[in-house]
Amino acid sequence: MTVDYKKPLPEITAESRPFWDGCRRHEFLVQRCGECGALQHYPRGVCARCWGTNLEWQRSAGRGRVYTFTVTHRTQARGFKDETPYALAWVELEEGVQVLANVVGCDPARIAVGMPVRVIFEDVTPDVSLPRFEPA
Amino acid sequence: MNALIAGVHEFPERKTARSALEIQALSARAALTDAGLTPRDVDGYFTVAGSGGTGPLPIVDYLNLTPRYVDGTSVGGASFVVHAHHAAAAISQGRCRVALITYGSTARSAGVPVGTRERIAGDYLDQFEGIYGTSTVGLYALVAQRHVHEYGTTGAQLAHIAVACRRHAGLNPAALYRDPITVEDVLRSPMISSPLHLLDCCVITDGGGAAVIVHPDMARDLPKPGVRILGAAEAVAHTAAGRRDYLVSAAAQSGPRALAEAGVSHADLDMAMIYDSFTITVLVTLEDLGFCTKGEGGRFVEGGRLELGGDLPTNTDGGGLSSNHPGMRGIFLIIEAVRQLRGECGERQVEDCRLALVHGTGGALGSRHSGATLVLGRA
Repeated sequence: MTVDYKKPLPEITAESRPFWDGCRRHEFLVQRCGECGALQHYPRGVCARCWGTNLEWQRSAGRGRVYTFTVTHRTQARGFKDETPYALAWVELEEGVQVLANVVGCDPARIAVGMPVRVIFEDVTPDVSLPRFEPA
Repeated sequence: MNALIAGVHEFPERKTARSALEIQALSARAALTDAGLTPRDVDGYFTVAGSGGTGPLPIVDYLNLTPRYVDGTSVGGASFVVHAHHAAAAISQGRCRVALITYGSTARSAGVPVGTRERIAGDYLDQFEGIYGTSTVGLYALVAQRHVHEYGTTGAQLAHIAVACRRHAGLNPAALYRDPITVEDVLRSPMISSPLHLLDCCVITDGGGAAVIVHPDMARDLPKPGVRILGAAEAVAHTAAGRRDYLVSAAAQSGPRALAEAGVSHADLDMAMIYDSFTITVLVTLEDLGFCTKGEGGRFVEGGRLELGGDLPTNTDGGGLSSNHPGMRGIFLIIEAVRQLRGECGERQVEDCRLALVHGTGGALGSRHSGATLVLGRA
């Protein structure tokens, strides 16, 4: 448990609370529209396809592939400056939605587009667990 | 569209002790002089939202103006291109007759790490995107990496864009960096966010500028030939609920609309001003505007095509990559295109320049961004 987390933390609101509660349980939740059936991420108060408001939470298998990535060597981003190089990726989940997050747990030089990854959760404070991805 | 760009001014300094408001005031004054108009003529005002979130209010107050039309549209660096579209529309509707667009920033003096700081906007979306060391350069690099994967685009091809801009900067006395660079220089410069090197990234400057857009019935009273806005269009591309093709930018929407409105084809264009926050921005934009097919951008930019003397001289002022980028660049795209169409560019003048395309990109290519296209013609 990193109590002294130096990077930006999510500012959790009532709207996003179920997603972040899922992360606390180490579950990655996506939303399914109860009206048109569309899946979406990031979570929001309406379905992005039909604007329906009857949204359900569904646990993702947490598996996907790297859609694209970048390895950052120089940054002024808070908390990341001393941890270069680090990887950021758009990951496409098996369920078909894209998630932006770090890819960790391997040499960044090994990361490639199409690489299979799975979600992991880092408990960065007593209240917040962040989803990231590692090679599957 | 039926409006004329009657006056422009680019603030000449790249580092200044002046404030952002003062930069705008001096630029507005010079652009009005260029248009042969006075502050009393201004009845429309367009600028981005400042830190206070009240858009044009501080600068309108500072300049002691009483516009009957104001617009603070803020969609990143493309905003001023959007403003030109909105100003032309407002003029066409009789809502104003003399529209002033201004911009000023002291990003360099203030030491703002525009491209490499974490990209946190203060809104709901930050918690899903901004917490991962997500910088502006990183978000553009995501698109570049996908382009490399999908089409085999190389770092050397991207570098050709930076080399072209630097060659043009060498012909622009006001440009920040003027010494020539090679493809190898770009590839040897430090990696920032792969595959983008330092020289794939725009400079950080202080600066600003202004443009005056007027009703076409004022043409005969102008001291210089007005530049006609022949076509204008804007668009937004975003994360699309998690199902986005990040290789297609907003330019794919705005470009065809602006060109169709102008009744102009690609071969008719004498030069282009393409927002170059990063080299990849130019490559993807050229594809989406239809100068080449998707995936052909890497080959398109090789062989000096974007340089003066090439098929499509682009960013003849040196661009954001080598001349001027105080955080937003849209106004400079308009200013340089107007200077080219008026034949005022000296050593870097495009011969017999009659038609120019301007395309601004604002926000981040790898998440949500705006795109705005203008087709401008010599009067």
